[in-house]
Amino acid sequence: MRYVVAKDCPEAVALLNANNGARLLAGGTDLLVQLKQGAAKPNILIDIKKIDGFGNIAAEEGGFRIGATVSGAEIGAHIALKAAWPGVVEAVELIGSTQVQGRATMVGNLCNGSPAADSVPAMLAAGAVARVEGPGGARDVPVADLLKGPGRTALGSAELVSSVLLPKRGARAGDAYLRFIPRTEMDIAVASAGVNLELDAGGVVVAARVALGAVAPTAILVPEAAAALVGSRLEASALDACATACEAASNPIDDKRGTAEFRTRIAGVMATRAAKTAYTRAGGSL
Amino acid sequence: MKQDFKVLGTRPIRPDGLDKVTGKAMFGADKSVTGMLHARVLRSPHAHAEIVSIDTSKAEALAGVKAVITGDDFEDVDNRWTRYTMQNCMAQGRALYDGHAVAAVAAVSKKVAAEALALIEVTYKPLPHVTDVDEAMAPDAPVLHEGVKGRNLGDDVSGNTVGYYSFGHGDPETGFAEADEVIERTFKTAAVHQGYIEPQACLADLGADGRGELWCCTQGHYEVRRICAEILHMDASQLRVTASEIGGGFGGKTTVFIEPVALKLSQKAGRPVKLVMSREEVFRATGPTMSASMDVKIGMAKDGRITGAHARLRYQGGAFPYQMVMLGAMSAFAAYDLEHVQAEGWDVMTNRPKMISYRAPGAPMAVYAVESVVDELCQKLGLDPLDVRIMNAAREGSKSSYGPTFKAIGLVEALEAAKAHPHYSAPLAPNTGRGVSCGFWFNFGGQVSVSMAINADGTVNLIEGNPDIGGSRASISMMAAEALGIEFDRVRTIVGDTASVGFSDVTDGSRVTFAVGIATINAAKAAIKEMCKRAAMIWEIDEESVEWIDGAAHAVGHNAGTLPPMTLAEIAATSGKTGGPIAGHHEGAPDKAGVSFGVHLVDVEVDPETGFTAIKRYTAFQDVGKAIHPAYVEGQIQGGAVQGIGWALNEEYIYGEDGRLQNPGFLDYRIPVASDLPMIEPVIIEVPNPGHPYGVRGCGETAIVPPLAAVSNGVARAIGARLYALPMSPPKILKAL
Ligand SMILES: Cc1cc2nc3c(=O)[nH]c(=O)nc-3n(C[C@H](O)[C@H](O)[C@H](O)COP(=O)(O)OP(=O)(O)OC[C@H]3O[C@@H](n4cnc5c(N)ncnc54)[C@H](O)[C@@H]3O)c2cc1C
Repeated sequence: MRYVVAKDCPEAVALLNANNGARLLAGGTDLLVQLKQGAAKPNILIDIKKIDGFGNIAAEEGGFRIGATVSGAEIGAHIALKAAWPGVVEAVELIGSTQVQGRATMVGNLCNGSPAADSVPAMLAAGAVARVEGPGGARDVPVADLLKGPGRTALGSAELVSSVLLPKRGARAGDAYLRFIPRTEMDIAVASAGVNLELDAGGVVVAARVALGAVAPTAILVPEAAAALVGSRLEASALDACATACEAASNPIDDKRGTAEFRTRIAGVMATRAAKTAYTRAGGSL
Repeated sequence: MKQDFKVLGTRPIRPDGLDKVTGKAMFGADKSVTGMLHARVLRSPHAHAEIVSIDTSKAEALAGVKAVITGDDFEDVDNRWTRYTMQNCMAQGRALYDGHAVAAVAAVSKKVAAEALALIEVTYKPLPHVTDVDEAMAPDAPVLHEGVKGRNLGDDVSGNTVGYYSFGHGDPETGFAEADEVIERTFKTAAVHQGYIEPQACLADLGADGRGELWCCTQGHYEVRRICAEILHMDASQLRVTASEIGGGFGGKTTVFIEPVALKLSQKAGRPVKLVMSREEVFRATGPTMSASMDVKIGMAKDGRITGAHARLRYQGGAFPYQMVMLGAMSAFAAYDLEHVQAEGWDVMTNRPKMISYRAPGAPMAVYAVESVVDELCQKLGLDPLDVRIMNAAREGSKSSYGPTFKAIGLVEALEAAKAHPHYSAPLAPNTGRGVSCGFWFNFGGQVSVSMAINADGTVNLIEGNPDIGGSRASISMMAAEALGIEFDRVRTIVGDTASVGFSDVTDGSRVTFAVGIATINAAKAAIKEMCKRAAMIWEIDEESVEWIDGAAHAVGHNAGTLPPMTLAEIAATSGKTGGPIAGHHEGAPDKAGVSFGVHLVDVEVDPETGFTAIKRYTAFQDVGKAIHPAYVEGQIQGGAVQGIGWALNEEYIYGEDGRLQNPGFLDYRIPVASDLPMIEPVIIEVPNPGHPYGVRGCGETAIVPPLAAVSNGVARAIGARLYALPMSPPKILKAL
């Protein structure tokens, strides 16, 4: 196995293009584990941490562009970003421990393709857009369109994600992310939910996005759950309808981490709880 | 008994602390030598399979491979228990569980060793398997080993049932007839892992001259020596075993899993061999504790008096015969003074790794079942759970449920301390329940050797033969200092290798502070006797006129007051001229270990929408006899409580239909993490053990016994429904809600 430090994005893309079986290395907190287990056997590791600009968090048209190698710790320490997208930031900050946070990236979390990845439902709820670079140049792809299945994304074999944009949103808006794990940390989501709400002056939800993690082959958006919240002030009936829609959209596996029945129920609970937090963050009062 | 201690009860800084926090301490995997090879073990992917053939030729032909071994490389041994251990280290003829070792390689690097493993061709013929205890006991179950069925067992149980025990007195049926309420329940508990941080590791060197050196991470290097010498057909004297620092054991390192393999590879390759288990191997192939299936029936009168009690315990202990349910049956009702009681137990084999001890082995699950039924009776009869336990508590003079009559014990003191503690009367938050449970452990004495040298500068070196798994070097130094009448920091205690001090039993059974303590006190007495003799010689008076008081020789009798006391340092300084080095040693087998009781209180909050449990408050009361180093004792109580909480809530070995372990790692084998827990408040109770000069009972194991039922009782009271199986993971609690 070769290890190469790419000096810029075109070089990384060229290396990907030239090598079947290449893998990009960001924080390495997924990849190194896979190497150790023998689950990944790349012939070349392309380290993208030295690429200029990949490590930046930049304000852009009222939103934030987060570079591919920005670590969880850096995201957590960014005050303006945290104020604008508290739900995405709390999702990223849930990844691993203090040590893992120093390395793990949000983009790596996305590209690893785990259905239980914590930042992904939050990004889906946020309507995040990934910038994808490949041999043909750059294109912008909604994060929702990148998810394909456990361990799979829609990226071409010579493509990479250089950054993710969290778009601008209205003043009376808020988001939240919650996951269920049997312990309090160092665990994988059994079910999770990201919710992003916009309110009018009277506290009525005018726009909503609800996403679930760990209950389907990829994180999923649940438009029916979002629709249940729109027009409400999160009255019990709206929350119940949201939970029911989440349960209906869930299609989890039964495994050692939780039964399908349990995951399904918890998905609704996580969504309604996240909705309440997002609602208060948006300035609503319950 | 001595009461006015100078050193005991203080909290000196741990002598092994600096090395451990700076990374200097040498653990099992930390030692390397020139010319060393790296070993890897090939393991069965089948729960049960005949090994039709193993072709190692391709692996042997790989450049850099220096030795390959299989079960055929091991000659038979006479002792059947040693044979089981050997066949657990390396399968012979059949693979008995997922992860069972079938071959091993020693090569010039880990990489080559891994490549060689992939070149070994094993042909398996899968056989029917069984991993559940009740299924394994059923008459039609696939039997792991023929001819080992327990004596006196009928056709209603399979040949996997290797032992049956019964303890008690009176007649439980008579007791049930006297009861106002009788409850009978069936419980299940999962197999759980000790959760030590350090995987097993060793470095073996067995030369052509037949002399061997073995460095390993173990709780008992003399036991390692015995087993390995038998398996390798060596004289014990020719195998020197050195115990490394140990990254946790909790009973899991009281036997061997890899050492005979490393020695055999070294013998074959003619070079030192290092073998380090991965975490996955630790889970698949070392011993967890038993899983259990249990029926408990208890009768209670309206006033809370327990009139009769009966338990049937079925333990699953893995792929070889073992004896452990006995300790469960003995512990089950130990906290109660009962007229009519019986506890029966069955040891059962399954296609799982061979069980090994885990802190109070056998007791926590039995006590969980008993304490759950007692709690349910208290709820049903509207009685206070502590009052009921105080009413029925075993005390000095009680005939225990397992036979002996208790001497001075501290159960009532612990229960009363719990009742008086502010925790017990604190208001409860919503969705929160308060659980109570007693716990018990025997503690143990066993064989021990200690050698003590008085140095010319007035300091003391002490060699013991028990690996220090809980701070015993400090406690032993403290007892030496107390006995000699000198300061703690004048004494340094080390754990000697098998060639430098006499035989010592394994560090288990909460025995070290008790047994090594007695040997230390006796070694000090021997040294004191010699020092008094030297003083008498210098003073030119007879030995009988010299007494040792507060670290110095004093002239007594008609010489009293005529001579200034002579300190240890003064006597030591002239020892070269008064007869040579001064030392003391003691070898023995003290057998008056004192049993220890604990009482735990826990507040458990349950999220009614998710089944998530949070431990909000935890207080653990324990009679330890005498706390030599209270901080270590508190650590033992806290550690035991935490392990028991994990057992109650989320820990379990999960086997699939295919008989394979599904969670061989700490991600899906969930021990509690620090943020899951409140500060566990330990409350030390000291009712001295009359069998130890300072009153020591041993304190390491009792604390893991009460938490299972305490947490379960808390959950039952929080949600108004009771679970009868552990772990109480969120899906199971949500279902019960
Ligand atoms: C102890 C521990 C705890 C963890 N806890 C959590 C947790 O709580 N929640 C959670 O969601 N995850 C958790 N993880 C998983 C992991 O930390 C996260 O998924 C993390 O965000 C991955 O980021 P990374 O930068 O380390 O990715 P890497 O390991 O560097 O990469 C991950 C994958 O994405 C690919 N990749 C990386 N960057 C790009 C790019 N720019 N374009 C295209 N492909 C790319 C890599 O080739 C690789 O396949 C944990 C891991 C560990 C070791």
